[in-house]
Amino acid sequence: MNIKPVNQKAWLLILPVVICVAFSAILPLMTVVNYSVQDIIDPERRVFVGTEWFKAVMRDDDLQGALLRQIGFSLAVLAVEIPLGIALALAMPAKGWKASAVLVIVAISLLIPWNVVGTIWQIYGRTDIGLLGAALAKLGIDYSYTGNATDAWLTVLVMDVWHWTPLVALLCYAGLRAIPDAYYQAARIDGASKLAVFRFIQLPKLRGVLMIAVLLRFMDSFMIYTEPFVLTGGGPGNATTFLSQYLTQKAVGQFDLGPAAAFSLIYFLIILLLCFVLYNWMQRVGTADKEQAHA
Amino acid sequence: MARIDLDLAHSYRPNPQKDEDYALLPLKMSFADGGAYALLGPSGCGKTTMLNIISGLVVPSQGTVKFGERDVTRLSPQQRNIAQVFQFPVIYDTMTVAENLAFPLRNRGVAPERIKQRVGRIAEMLELSGQLDRRAAGLAADAKQKISLGRGLVREDVSAVLFDEPLTVIDPHLKWQLRRKLKQIHHELKLTLVYVTHDQVEALTFADQVVVMTRGRAVQVGTASELFERPRHTFVGHFIGSPGMNFLPASVLSGAPAGAATLGVRPEYVTLAAPHASGAVAATVTQVQDIGTYWLLSAALADGSMVRARLSGEQTLPQVGEAVWLALAGTHACWYGADEELVA
Repeated sequence: MNIKPVNQKAWLLILPVVICVAFSAILPLMTVVNYSVQDIIDPERRVFVGTEWFKAVMRDDDLQGALLRQIGFSLAVLAVEIPLGIALALAMPAKGWKASAVLVIVAISLLIPWNVVGTIWQIYGRTDIGLLGAALAKLGIDYSYTGNATDAWLTVLVMDVWHWTPLVALLCYAGLRAIPDAYYQAARIDGASKLAVFRFIQLPKLRGVLMIAVLLRFMDSFMIYTEPFVLTGGGPGNATTFLSQYLTQKAVGQFDLGPAAAFSLIYFLIILLLCFVLYNWMQRVGTADKEQAHA
Repeated sequence: MARIDLDLAHSYRPNPQKDEDYALLPLKMSFADGGAYALLGPSGCGKTTMLNIISGLVVPSQGTVKFGERDVTRLSPQQRNIAQVFQFPVIYDTMTVAENLAFPLRNRGVAPERIKQRVGRIAEMLELSGQLDRRAAGLAADAKQKISLGRGLVREDVSAVLFDEPLTVIDPHLKWQLRRKLKQIHHELKLTLVYVTHDQVEALTFADQVVVMTRGRAVQVGTASELFERPRHTFVGHFIGSPGMNFLPASVLSGAPAGAATLGVRPEYVTLAAPHASGAVAATVTQVQDIGTYWLLSAALADGSMVRARLSGEQTLPQVGEAVWLALAGTHACWYGADEELVA
């Protein structure tokens, strides 16, 4: 018989990790849980309220509005950035100094900090001194990202497209470069049109990087905060108030710690659920590919 | 379908000066309509370049490519109506096997009934009929390569079908089957086939005419027996055969023809001889190896050059260190000049 030696000292060795994780993740999270079930009147007086905050938050019209806006915004981001990124990648030169030059230019917007992006677009969109705003005004378009809800929403969307489409383009570019020449040669021999080459060679071969691009852009846009905060501050009204901004307003602006905590837990669960779903989907597609390769 | 004539040279560099700058040195070559050809040579000898020039994937830097009377030098593969199969299987992942096979026809607007008929026929030839509705991405490498071959063969009006080492990824026993299949298909369809390989067995069993290439030159075009019996260049003698031809200074035998610098004899034609027999030389055995179906004897001549002989195991074999006489002269002896070309 094989008896494992018992050595309880091993617990000591994982103690540092337990302490680190506790201080950086578990304790803060538990504080939030703690807030979410209490009504904190002042630091000395608190009342246990059970699930009341959760119920209240779920019924909150503002929050439902922010959630819908958030989903709409994330979907719009994907709908614009993914096709545009693919198109850019296809148009980029494959080799030579032009390829290097284009890569650097395309990557520039990725290097700019979020709050600076917000500031750039805040000035860019101004009708008095901003290039975009002034040009639109000259064309007779009544544009104002501070006054008009649609204009504000569109400006935030275009800003995100400007900031993040290069990421999708770079991922796709890498994916395209990984396709062996033989595929293009075979397609020429088979008499395939450019569209057929895209549809039957490039798009299927890009599936892996596109999944990563979709995942990254969806998660990132779902948590967008800094750029709309700098550009519009969530306004006009609440036209560009997305989830994280709504949460900050509740927690830091109004000090409604209970509802804010309850909502951040819900927000956390939404993101966890989406990550779980997307991760499993990607894993499944990935292993299916591997099985096919080994079949 | 037509005869293919090449009269060209190709360099991947802009201003070729030396011979080494050329991927293909100036050459003239013809491929007869309906012939089965192999381009045989070591890596980097220019065989794939020649194939890509025929198909139109590469435009030669000088000269012309003609299909019959038509000059196709600057035409695309589609316009030339060429089919080509590559070293590694190229399949369209999202399509089924049948859709893959139909793709070249569909792109050319062939009628659906006709496509169905052709795909059925080719699938049957390649034994893919049972898998027609499966997704091509899920198949094994050899099945994928069969699909690539099928896409090459599915068009009946092609000028030629070109194969670029198509059996590299295939297991040895399947390789044999597929090569027989190709040969059979060649007889059935009467297409011009050009087959690139570095494997002499593959080339010699597949093709009617083998083009042996080295360093951008086609040194000999001939049937398997021509290449074996009368290599036109020492490279052919060395490259074809296992082991390759013995090359000795012409002075080892008396009666060398004028201009001959080297004597070439196949190990198959070197035999043990009586001492001082005419056309025989004295040698010392250095090694005797059992190669399964035959014995390989290596011996050193007085001037230090080595001779190898393929001997059957039935005769009494000399021991290592023993002095023997080896018969070299005869109808099979080939003489080469200083430029390594055959002189007699």
